[in-house]
Amino acid sequence: MTPPPGTLLAAENLRKAYGPTVALDGAEFSIHPGEVVAVMGPSGSGKSTLLHCLAGIVPPDSGSITYDGRELAGMSDAGRSALRRSEFGFVFQFGQLVPELTCVENVALPLRLNGTSRKAAERAALSWMERLEVDGLKDKRPGEVSGGQGQRVAVARALVTGPRVLFADEPTGALDSLNGERVMELLTDAARSTNAAVVLVTHEARVAAYSDREIVVRDGRSRDMERAV
Amino acid sequence: MSIGHTLLGLLESGPRHGYDLKRAFDEKFGHDRPLHYGQVYSTMSRLLKHGLVEVDGIEAGGGPERKRYAITDAGVTDVEQWLATPEKPEEYLQSTLYTKVVLALLTHRDATDILDTQRAEHLRSMRILTDRKRKGDLADQLICDHALFHLEADLRWLELTAARLDKLRAEVVAK
Amino acid sequence: MNVRQWCRDLGMGARFALTGGREGWVRMLLTAVGVGLGVALLLLTTALPHILTARDRVEDARQDFSASYDTAKAENSLLVAVTDTQWHDKNIRGRLLEPEGSRAPLPPGVGRFPAKGEMVASPALKRLLSSDGAELLRERIPYRITGTIGDDGLIGSRELAYYAGAEDLAPHSVGARVTRLTAFGNPNPSPERADPVLILMTLVVFVALLTPVAVFIAAAVRFGGERRDRRLAALRLVGSDSRMTRRIAAGEALAGSLLGLAVGAVLFLIGRQVAGSVEVMGESFFPNYLDPSPTLVALVAVAVPSAAVLVTLLAMRGVVVEPLGVVRTAKPPRRRLWWRLLVPLAGLAMLYPMIGKGRRNGDFNQYLVTGGVLLLLVGVTALLPWLVEAFVARLGGGGVSWQLAVRRLQLSSGTAARMVNGIAVAVAGAIALQMLFAGVEGQYTRDTGQDPRRAQMEVDLSGHTPLGAARAEFAGAKGVRTSVALSTGQVGGKRREPDLTATVTVGDCAALREVARMPSCRDGDVFAVDNPYSDSEYQKELRPLMRPGARVWIDPTQGEARGREIAWTLPATVREATARKDSLQGDPSGLLVTPSALPAKALSTVNGHIYLRLDEAVPDAQEHVRTTTARIDPLAYSWTWAATEQSNRYASLRTGLFLGAVCVLALIGASLLVSQLEQLRERRKLLSSLLAFGTRRRTLGLSVLWQTAVPITLGLLLAATVGLTLGTVLLKLTATPVSVDWASVLSLTGAGAAVVLAVTLLSLPPLVRMMRPEGLRTE
Repeated sequence: MTPPPGTLLAAENLRKAYGPTVALDGAEFSIHPGEVVAVMGPSGSGKSTLLHCLAGIVPPDSGSITYDGRELAGMSDAGRSALRRSEFGFVFQFGQLVPELTCVENVALPLRLNGTSRKAAERAALSWMERLEVDGLKDKRPGEVSGGQGQRVAVARALVTGPRVLFADEPTGALDSLNGERVMELLTDAARSTNAAVVLVTHEARVAAYSDREIVVRDGRSRDMERAV
Repeated sequence: MSIGHTLLGLLESGPRHGYDLKRAFDEKFGHDRPLHYGQVYSTMSRLLKHGLVEVDGIEAGGGPERKRYAITDAGVTDVEQWLATPEKPEEYLQSTLYTKVVLALLTHRDATDILDTQRAEHLRSMRILTDRKRKGDLADQLICDHALFHLEADLRWLELTAARLDKLRAEVVAK
Repeated sequence: MNVRQWCRDLGMGARFALTGGREGWVRMLLTAVGVGLGVALLLLTTALPHILTARDRVEDARQDFSASYDTAKAENSLLVAVTDTQWHDKNIRGRLLEPEGSRAPLPPGVGRFPAKGEMVASPALKRLLSSDGAELLRERIPYRITGTIGDDGLIGSRELAYYAGAEDLAPHSVGARVTRLTAFGNPNPSPERADPVLILMTLVVFVALLTPVAVFIAAAVRFGGERRDRRLAALRLVGSDSRMTRRIAAGEALAGSLLGLAVGAVLFLIGRQVAGSVEVMGESFFPNYLDPSPTLVALVAVAVPSAAVLVTLLAMRGVVVEPLGVVRTAKPPRRRLWWRLLVPLAGLAMLYPMIGKGRRNGDFNQYLVTGGVLLLLVGVTALLPWLVEAFVARLGGGGVSWQLAVRRLQLSSGTAARMVNGIAVAVAGAIALQMLFAGVEGQYTRDTGQDPRRAQMEVDLSGHTPLGAARAEFAGAKGVRTSVALSTGQVGGKRREPDLTATVTVGDCAALREVARMPSCRDGDVFAVDNPYSDSEYQKELRPLMRPGARVWIDPTQGEARGREIAWTLPATVREATARKDSLQGDPSGLLVTPSALPAKALSTVNGHIYLRLDEAVPDAQEHVRTTTARIDPLAYSWTWAATEQSNRYASLRTGLFLGAVCVLALIGASLLVSQLEQLRERRKLLSSLLAFGTRRRTLGLSVLWQTAVPITLGLLLAATVGLTLGTVLLKLTATPVSVDWASVLSLTGAGAAVVLAVTLLSLPPLVRMMRPEGLRTE
């Protein structure tokens, strides 16, 4: 089955097991450009694994993932890395900022990995930091900023390459409600303004409420609530 | 909470007398507020009128009149629809949701569907509230937040129930 | 402070170390092996002076030089002839013994005089003689073995030596190769005074090898520190105070170091045994030479564990263990240079007063030497953190991997410097030692004036075999292409105690042409030769002895050595000849005489030399020559010509030193790897998330490489500087011309760099493993 027209990223019948633990057991997924899709489900349901598969971080054991008409499963590790560098952005719960780099250097990092010169990369990084209201922290190191600020820096870093898909895995998991909401507002605003699709893994309804649509992962199987209703 | 739908659902597992229906209802959902006989009879006559149940037979002999009711196809469809329709996200609707889940389990329907449908409905409301909050002033934000936190509590209950469905099924069916 | 409290806390720490599960054991084992290697090295090094004195004692006891020329034959006298030879590159000590009475002295280790044709041999020689391929040696030493030389007559388990019985030795004493003895041993042993330079070298070896070992031990007791800190935090949570925690940590280190002492003792005993059975630089010794003094053993046994405790307590001072985790004392103040510079400068100041002392001006102050060398080397560990900090603070630019590495270094330059400290100290010490050895070796290397292209071997006959006959024998010997026979003697202007003597070189015209150029030559000619390459004043003084018709005495009496005093009038024509630059004879100046020009009886007063040109195609040509020599004239000396003479002891000592340094480096490399892996494990999550957004593994691998390469480059540069400085100072101390042995500087710094490269390469597979997306999973 080919994904419906207009789909940017779609997955069919994904299976993935870590040893005896089955993480995904026939999961499906699809997302359009500019769409924010929440992936919900209890802990251990396989939602993070789904995100890792969709982002080409781990190859699924079987099933297909199409991104922009290309089959991810057929790509080499280097090819998928290149795709992640140029087309995808990532925000994780914590532990993602390089502690010894300053905030602006952290944000500039993905651009630098793509070969952008240091100056240009840091200029672009700074403009994104302004949008996320953290430009004042540019010379601070991650250890010196608060959790919410750090997470905004991380969002800026995820968006700096102008990705077409932004993967966010519990981006507010370590934050209180107020900071969490601010991060979500900025994240979704920024993504919408660049027409980036957002795959948002969360178990919090209030975070999922920032999405356009949600899918529920349970026991490795996904359920698209829009189609079900 | 719809008593009619609940009684209909109870009939799905087989024809019952009015008295049996009351006992079954009390056992499963009545808890501290048992159903009045009058309520059962008036509900059943309404259902009869709408063709959702039919009289399966009258037991002759001693005591008051004892009619045995059976559910009609129209009745089954009605239950089906009721279960599939998410409740309007409101405060304190867990009793209705609970009834729905138990009935689904009793009638061997997929209770997860009910929960997921409800969750989707809740999320829809939350999206609307979130959207309003983003566009509104501080007062809007505070009001929306209040509602959002309540809805979130419901959603947590839905999650928890979903995780405990197997246990609940075992308990409900055993009774 | 309460002693019981201390003991309890230390004991608790030790128990933690023992019951820490697999990881605890690995940690303790690493510590123990590290400390053990250090202890073994410590014990072996401290035993070094003991080896030298033990050998000297034996050497003194068996010494057989006569103090005078005129010992009379007596009931207690013994004739000894030296018949040392060589088998390939091994020296064989040979003696012929002829007791002249019933009370003749026995050499040490020999129970009974061997009869003629018999010998007592050392066990090693016995083995060598019975081995395959030793036919030529058996032919050379053809005596029947009737006994073994005891250990007290040998300076090492592998020494090759024999005493053979002989008769009729006395006549040979003309050649002064036979000595009459009434007792073995140095009759007036000089008070035991080792060469000051040797003591200096021993001290420097000691300090240079032990300082990195100490640095290593300090690092070893901190193995697995991160995890230990977490455990300690847990202890804090249940109520131990920060002092207790420190003591518990020290207790863990104590357990490791105690185990290390045991490991060290075992390693030492093994090393002692191994050392007794091997030959190092052509020398061997007995295991009991390696016994360290009990005081030293006690000192090591006390010092090492105490040091472990102290190091841990010191290291823990910069760490605040809080109940909820470990806090390294926040941003350390910028490192200051001045006191760090003071350390090596103080070292230099301690060494400075002894500059130019050399070996003649008495002993070096051992405390100043030790202190100075120690301070200079420790100066490396003091300066390196500052250097790394100051250097990386100025770095910038470059690619992502470089940026990641530089930023990390800027944030934790101290850790980086600590990691390479050990290597830097080891390399600095080794460079200084190599320089010292190379320089001192230079003193032992000299130009022999021999040209191996003109002749490859020379045989000096003892005098009892006629030169002509000997030459004829060599002409037919295997491996000999051609030979030249020349005899040398002395003429003086007076019968006794002449003021001046000139050398007389006797040979046929062909032989004489090997030493000088002459227009023509016939038997009966006499030539006077000036040596344009030596002192012309002296030669002018000799001229009267070489005038035509001059009256001279051949073999004049000089001092105790009675000569034959043969009068000789030089012929009416003495022609001039010019010495060849490549003369076979070292300095041919004097008279060149064809045989018939010399009085017949004078022929027995000259010493015969045969210069041999070998056929290099014949395998073992030299061995054939030596065996032939022994057959023709057992008392003759034969040797191989070489342009320079150098004791290969130093060459092998340098090799040994290099190997030692490499071992120390490898040891430190192992500790580097352990801490590197520990750091990587801590960053697993970060690495995985970097991978998620598309960072190439190569980028991260390179950043790990830069991260070690930058400090190690600085460390090695500093090490080279300090090492060269120390080496220069040491050479000045020994009054040796300073020259830098760049090859060894390069090879040592190269070895240091190789260790770091190896560590990086070895840490790459775990790095790649840690960079799997699985690291992202939180469940």
